[in-house]
Amino acid sequence: MRAWIAFWNIFKKDVQTYYLKPPNISWGIIFPFSWTLMQLVRTPAADDTDLRSLLPGLVAMSILFGTTSMVAVTITFEKRSRSFDRLLTAPISLTTLVLAKMAGAVFFGALMACLPLLVGAFIVDLSGLNWAVAALGIWLMSISSAFLGLAIAVSAKEVFEAQTYANFFRFPMLFLSGFFLPIHSLPWLLRLLSYCLPLTYGADLLRWALVQAGDFHPGLDLAALAGFSTLLFSYSRWSITRKWIL
Amino acid sequence: MVILSVTDLQKMYGRITAVAGISFQVEQGEIFGFLGPNGAGKTTTINMLTGLARPSAGQIWIDGLDGVEEIKKAQSIMGIVPDESNLWDDLDGFENLCFCGALYGLDRARRQERARELLEQFGLASLGSRPFRAYSKGLKRRLTIAAALIHHPRILFLDEPTTGIDVESARQIRRLILDLKRSGTTVFLTTHYIEEAERLCDRVAFLVEGRIKKAGTVRELMAQAGDGQIIKVALADAADALEPELQRAFPRLQVEIKGSTCTLHASGQIALLPILEFFEVRGLHVLEARAVRPSLEDVFVQITGVAAGELRRGEGGCGR
Repeated sequence: MRAWIAFWNIFKKDVQTYYLKPPNISWGIIFPFSWTLMQLVRTPAADDTDLRSLLPGLVAMSILFGTTSMVAVTITFEKRSRSFDRLLTAPISLTTLVLAKMAGAVFFGALMACLPLLVGAFIVDLSGLNWAVAALGIWLMSISSAFLGLAIAVSAKEVFEAQTYANFFRFPMLFLSGFFLPIHSLPWLLRLLSYCLPLTYGADLLRWALVQAGDFHPGLDLAALAGFSTLLFSYSRWSITRKWIL
Repeated sequence: MVILSVTDLQKMYGRITAVAGISFQVEQGEIFGFLGPNGAGKTTTINMLTGLARPSAGQIWIDGLDGVEEIKKAQSIMGIVPDESNLWDDLDGFENLCFCGALYGLDRARRQERARELLEQFGLASLGSRPFRAYSKGLKRRLTIAAALIHHPRILFLDEPTTGIDVESARQIRRLILDLKRSGTTVFLTTHYIEEAERLCDRVAFLVEGRIKKAGTVRELMAQAGDGQIIKVALADAADALEPELQRAFPRLQVEIKGSTCTLHASGQIALLPILEFFEVRGLHVLEARAVRPSLEDVFVQITGVAAGELRRGEGGCGR
């Protein structure tokens, strides 16, 4: 009960002080809205299948940028202002603390994912969409992206530093995770690299939901996303203990 | 009853020793002061005691709990005020207190009631709806202390509570610390203000370069200076430049000259005539020479060999 009170209030405080701030809301809406519209408008309207196949990448991109950017702000900023120390000295386990801090980012990422789908719904026929698989993919992708953001943020001292480090991961992922270029068309070395990225499996799972096809079995996508989330969570937890509890 | 017990506590950062095997005990309900210059290891010690740093060696026991292995349990009876006010800028005073209450598992009704009580007690009731970022330094400090008390801690760790704040706020904070003691809360206080330690603490430990040089009640420590003597000489003109020469001429004394005031410390009696001659020969008129009652600062200087000026170097404001 005690841990739950702390968890809920950390989540609520983060939503109130970071996620629901007008600049974040506008950035969070404008950015995914623009690139979704950009991609959908430039694709011939007659080619519905092509449009549908673009949506998984757009959803994945919105989640990746939304979550990693926000985690970089909430974690790095609080560490710099030392209010994170207050959380570390509270009688709650580090696991509860990390999960509570990530809950806001996961929630934000999932909301960002809805925008391309919403815009897409006006242009593309989404009647065959498997909502359960899509929801599962969105949540798991938000979780793994949030933990990726955390792993990066723990290594940075300043917000701009965390954003710069995040770009090292985010931009290559755009090209390697099969959002816009099919993985099987990549040279074998890059293909190997793409198998090591969580979003490859997230985008693939969303493809299963939207066009009922993908490069991997949906079960493998789910297992890979869960595995990456656990790995990144464990690394971040270890990293916080090593770097911030000196 | 002992609430905090520390044995051979050490902290190394690579090859640098920040805390070099300190041991002490704090009794329930007392104000225990950690006094030392900047870099002495005060904050590192507090960080180890509160779970923000891992000891390299040694043991910590807090109310019967292992302060390393059971730190999360121990944190529930601690209130922590770090050397910087670190509440959330975007939350107002009331929200900050409520949020801190939630971190300690207080339900909504209890934390709201307690937040109102603390805002009243700390004279912040009219500012409860103002965001933390809009508070002055002194007000921020008071709210940070209030936040540490939200869950009725049994032991309060205060790291330099009055550094860098205005005189009135510092006075109010000192009054609050004494009120806490009266209500039975144990206070572990670090400071480099000797007068603050002398005024507030039941017992004091002098920390220099990561080692406790001496610990005891203020009275016991003052008794250390009992055999010694302190002479203050008032000169007609400033004589700072003469300090090294005077020290060489009287190697048994500890000499400090600030402007036109010269302070001489000795473990035994001081012969005044040769000193007066020293100044007269150099054309400096002595206006007054008097023996003074040693203060805790004098005891600190005598025991640690650290000049009082060194201790004051870190003073960031007028919180005295």
